[in-house]
Amino acid sequence: MITVDTYSSLDEAASGMDSHSCFMGGGTLIMRDLNYGRQAFRRLVRCTDPQLRTIRNERGRIVIGAAATMSDVIENRDLEFLAPVAAAVGGPAIRNMATVGGNLFAPAPFGDFATALLALDARIRMSSGQETGMAALLSSRQDSRSIVTAIDIAPPPRGRFRFHKVSRVKPKGVSVLSICAVLPMNGGRLSGVRVAFNGMGSTPLRAPAAEAALEGKPLDRNGIGPALEVVLQDLQPVDDELATAWYRRTVAPVYLRRLLLERSRAW
Amino acid sequence: MPRTPITLVLNGTERSLFVESGENLLDALRRGIGDLSPKYGCAQGTCGTCSVQVDGRLQLACITLAETLSGRSITTAGGLAEGNELHPLQRSFMENFAAQCGYCTPGMLMAAKSLLDRNPHPRRQEVVEAISGNLCRCTGYEPIIDAILKAAEVMRRRTR
Amino acid sequence: MSSIEFRKELFANERPEGLNEIGRPTIRQDILGHVTGRSPFYDDHLFDGLLHMRCVRSPHHHARIRSIDFSEAARLDGVIRIVEPKDVPQNLNTLLSLINFGKEDEPLLTPSKVGYRGEPVLAVIADSERQARAAVDAVRIEWEVLPHVLDVEEALAPDAPVVNEVYPGNTFEYYDKYDHQKLRFGDVEQAFATADRIVEGRYRMSPIEQAPMETCGAIAVPETNDRIACYTSTQALFFSLGTTAKLLDMSSARLHFVGGTVGGGFGGKVDSIVEPMSVLGALLTGAPVKFMWDREEEMQVGAPRGAELWDIKDGLDSRGRIVARSFTGYFDSGAYTRLSSYAVVKATGHLPGPYSIPNVASNVYCVFTNRTPATAMRGFGITGVDFAIECQMDRCARAAGLNPIEFRILNAYRDGDMKAHRRKAKNTALIECCQVVADKSRWLIGSQSRSQSSLRGGGGERAEIPATAIDEVGRIGDRRRREVPTAPFAAGDRKQLPAGTQRGEETPAAPPQNPDMLGHLQSESTAAADPLPTTQSMPRLQPPADRQVDRQPARIPTRDPKAPASGTDAGQAPTRQPPTRRPPVRRTSVSRHISGFRRR
Repeated sequence: MITVDTYSSLDEAASGMDSHSCFMGGGTLIMRDLNYGRQAFRRLVRCTDPQLRTIRNERGRIVIGAAATMSDVIENRDLEFLAPVAAAVGGPAIRNMATVGGNLFAPAPFGDFATALLALDARIRMSSGQETGMAALLSSRQDSRSIVTAIDIAPPPRGRFRFHKVSRVKPKGVSVLSICAVLPMNGGRLSGVRVAFNGMGSTPLRAPAAEAALEGKPLDRNGIGPALEVVLQDLQPVDDELATAWYRRTVAPVYLRRLLLERSRAW
Repeated sequence: MPRTPITLVLNGTERSLFVESGENLLDALRRGIGDLSPKYGCAQGTCGTCSVQVDGRLQLACITLAETLSGRSITTAGGLAEGNELHPLQRSFMENFAAQCGYCTPGMLMAAKSLLDRNPHPRRQEVVEAISGNLCRCTGYEPIIDAILKAAEVMRRRTR
Repeated sequence: MSSIEFRKELFANERPEGLNEIGRPTIRQDILGHVTGRSPFYDDHLFDGLLHMRCVRSPHHHARIRSIDFSEAARLDGVIRIVEPKDVPQNLNTLLSLINFGKEDEPLLTPSKVGYRGEPVLAVIADSERQARAAVDAVRIEWEVLPHVLDVEEALAPDAPVVNEVYPGNTFEYYDKYDHQKLRFGDVEQAFATADRIVEGRYRMSPIEQAPMETCGAIAVPETNDRIACYTSTQALFFSLGTTAKLLDMSSARLHFVGGTVGGGFGGKVDSIVEPMSVLGALLTGAPVKFMWDREEEMQVGAPRGAELWDIKDGLDSRGRIVARSFTGYFDSGAYTRLSSYAVVKATGHLPGPYSIPNVASNVYCVFTNRTPATAMRGFGITGVDFAIECQMDRCARAAGLNPIEFRILNAYRDGDMKAHRRKAKNTALIECCQVVADKSRWLIGSQSRSQSSLRGGGGERAEIPATAIDEVGRIGDRRRREVPTAPFAAGDRKQLPAGTQRGEETPAAPPQNPDMLGHLQSESTAAADPLPTTQSMPRLQPPADRQVDRQPARIPTRDPKAPASGTDAGQAPTRQPPTRRPPVRRTSVSRHISGFRRR
């Protein structure tokens, strides 16, 4: 038996959460479980506060409301660099429903947008008033009872953000893996690199060894070589219906090399 | 089982019904109201055959919670024709052989309508993108794409 | 986007004028319903008080049921009825029993031992789908997990687990004699011994799920006059009706099946499971009952096209002619027969592909494994082996140093050639297809290949049936006794069938049961009839006027149930062995009540 509680304010919704509750964003994944009778919760909590869906520019940083949909992201001028990521989520109908906040809680193989947010080092605002980092949120998301209200990101330097999704079905297919990289340059050398993978573990993962190996290097074939050697150190792919762990380990460095060396797809 | 009364506008007509807690829009439309045009294909948001418009935007009825739709406006393939006057998309699907078993057709039509509502001049690749959430297992994608492009042409001529 | 190009100049004198339908648009008669969403698929019928049926399924590939406790499930809100195996009147069936082929090997609900993951053991009927799901989850089953086998070769090992007790050797049994289907034409071993080069290849095909947009399902509704109406997604309405009548041991006159509007089938909607389940539900509850697979069930228990494995060996002469070809094929039937036994017969009739090869032999196995049962899908039995054959052709062309298209033209069959199943080839067109493909793909072929024609060069010597080496290797039970031949076509006591022998022993068959079936059967059987000598001027599409003369009903597939089912046993080695004591075989039966199948 399921009950659905809808609140018009965030505070009410937050206080309505208990250990049997699940907060529903766009519902694209929760409804699936509900239809198949395998939900682990008894209450669904919703919030209709329109504030939750706004996308604002706050002094150069961009604050995306957790209830903003993938379509909202695609249509927002400040988020042009994230549009290809949002466009890689589902088909048009899913993008009208799936929310940015929901993607943070989407189990593998979903979570391509969260992977981009991880690479962007986004700050996550919670209903408790606290702020947390992406990595911390992803590692404790199972137990989270607080509601994500907004995601706060610093836009990457122009042209220094890259994303690639690998899927077997095109144009819409589930990720075998996806990679997102922020590649700031300083005097012709990489500085402050962040690389994140989806589909290479139970949650989106950063690749700190590869990031360190890229630091201070030029973005060319020789400069990225060491990073490709060590990138697998931080990844833990598993076998699933889409691909084997072996396959993912084999192709991950190949796709990383292409992502780093490509010119055309850079934003 | 808790039941919630809702009133929505289906294809221009106000309808009131009770929905069960947790019920999806697909069941509400089919069993609650009797609009059988959206179909069950997967109940997990992957096949697109239950595609409908909610307030003019494409959504999947099987993963839309019915009780959240009070006051909203729903359009289904069953509401595309006006009486005997078929929508240009319907006519184009007929004339261009864009249906085989017909099971994906209502969803395809809604995805196509959502594209043409926003973009009367789609390129072929945009049509491909627009129906990318809709599977056709008879794999008649090419005639479907042709039919949508031809319908767009007809609709442009009409509005001129 | 698509374009059709006609090559009407080919065989122009054999084609009547006025064949203009292909390539010309025809508006489908059902399309208005499709575009308005009004086509009546089975689930588009609404009934007040509709109940929902769902199955409790095995989580294991192979396991014995120690105990089942559904007391909690039965007490849940909205649960109307738990359906047990004992509620199914005749709970053992094989799909092809309706044509008397194979032994009954599959229950509708499994009482004791499951052979694949997802096998149904119990069903629940409840007011709502959600309640039915909750009740399914509340059933407690204690399982004794058994060793399983998921690979055809492992399943054929002497000590492999027994997947299906009706077939303890893990293979379907052909003609009550062999664990495989044989084809023998000429003597491959002798030809291999003298061939210039030998080319061997192994080819594997995965199972493919049909994945129709509409999942399998049916709604059964009690009607007046003690009838049950069944709205169904079936692809085979009367087949499903007959199967339902049989499993539920009821007169088919009490069943009113409504179908024909199918949301994609591709072969996956033939197996007639949802119909007997829903009708049983309606019989037990007196209410409308829907039994529908959700998408996960469709993928997990919906029978796919089975996996195949083929070993092909070719012997080539110095000019690149294939002088001998042997096949060992394995069809993965999953845990039950369904239609794979038939796929094997179909595949065997197709060998060695569209080529004239004077020596051909094959052993094809229908193997039981602990996978989802396999069934029909789009040319099953043919497409898989064609993939293998054409890959092998490329490999042979490479080995012979020949252009692959020319290699095919060189070996292509022509009108009048004798095929391995002892029928003359007619209406052949491979050479012309190869020539057009070469043009289209700008693949250069020589003038010699260019000048070839399917109408010339066939027949004569190529129409003769060679002396044929036969053997009785691979009898039922041999593998369990560890008698496994290492050289399947050279082992055992080989005998020689003289040249020109049309076929093995004729199997006497029952005459048609009903005179009104005669005309239909005769026209069907002409496809398999010995072709009369064709001349080039004879229009191909017009059957010879005297084709119905002298047709004995011997090859009509409807047989006396007591006669051994022989299927297409062309090339089958004759039964030389005197009749020995055989264990009694449980023959399939049809429902006593099925109209048209009733014994007269």
